[in-house]
Amino acid sequence: MLKYFNLNKTLLTINRLRKFIFAIFITVLLVGLFEALVLSPEDYKQSDSVRIMYVHVPSAWISLGIFSLISILSFGIFIFKNKNFSLIAKSLAPSGFLFNIIALVTGSIWGRPTWGTWWAWDARITSMLLLAIFYLMYILSWRIFDNNDKAIKVSSIVAIIGLINVPIVKFSVDWWSTLHQPASVNLLKETTIHSSMLVPLFIMTAAFALFSLLIFLMKYNTELIKIKNKGLDRL
Amino acid sequence: MINEIFYMNGYGAYVWSSFIFTLSGFFILYSVIKLQLVKEQKKFDEKFKNLSSEKVELVKKQKTYRELLPNTSISKI
Repeated sequence: MLKYFNLNKTLLTINRLRKFIFAIFITVLLVGLFEALVLSPEDYKQSDSVRIMYVHVPSAWISLGIFSLISILSFGIFIFKNKNFSLIAKSLAPSGFLFNIIALVTGSIWGRPTWGTWWAWDARITSMLLLAIFYLMYILSWRIFDNNDKAIKVSSIVAIIGLINVPIVKFSVDWWSTLHQPASVNLLKETTIHSSMLVPLFIMTAAFALFSLLIFLMKYNTELIKIKNKGLDRL
Repeated sequence: MINEIFYMNGYGAYVWSSFIFTLSGFFILYSVIKLQLVKEQKKFDEKFKNLSSEKVELVKKQKTYRELLPNTSISKI
């Protein structure tokens, strides 16, 4: 089935929608910022510092999601021997890494007024730092190796090993006693956040996801043109 | 109202620095990726323009290039 699915064509068709996606991203981001900074209420305990949640939490969710996707695609590279998977995974990495850094930095800023410290070596924060290191190793493995096949192999192995860290990040707050609070938004259990805070949180998540899609499309297109450029050299 | 938004009960510096860091990150990454894309497209245009007419015909016949060409400035020539 994969043989008949023309990924190049599909993604290039989506790529034509780039301006449209950019417009939606800006609109959703502006609505999200207004909700997060003006309309949403302050927390009874954390006061206005809770607003940091609207950039910290979506960043953490998306960076974890993107790394999981990269790892799954890396399995796909070994199973289906499809080089398009490696191009998609490579194009996803920059936005995933950025969101990981944003989650770490904003978490640190949030930690100062709430915990009284910029940094603590607790399970959640340390595992998120480890995820950033895996992202960095993944991106560097594409830059270090000139041989494309070797770069695909090494980066895929890094992503597959890094997948072990994903459940550790997710469940670290349940498995160990940490400074970090447990998850407030649950798919299976009842969510403990009031809708007045949940709505801006979801709007910001949607805006961040659209930004990831935009960066992915631009990066994927760049990678495709790089390949065609090499092809022109060989003519 | 404006003062309240900036001051945020004493947490303004923390909240605003978090949002500014996030938006700056977006701007920097978008600019870098856009620059890379434009650079590669220019490189492609340059190489395509320097091809002989026989090679241009050959390229236009290839499926992969037919998909790429509408997305570059070559299509506007």
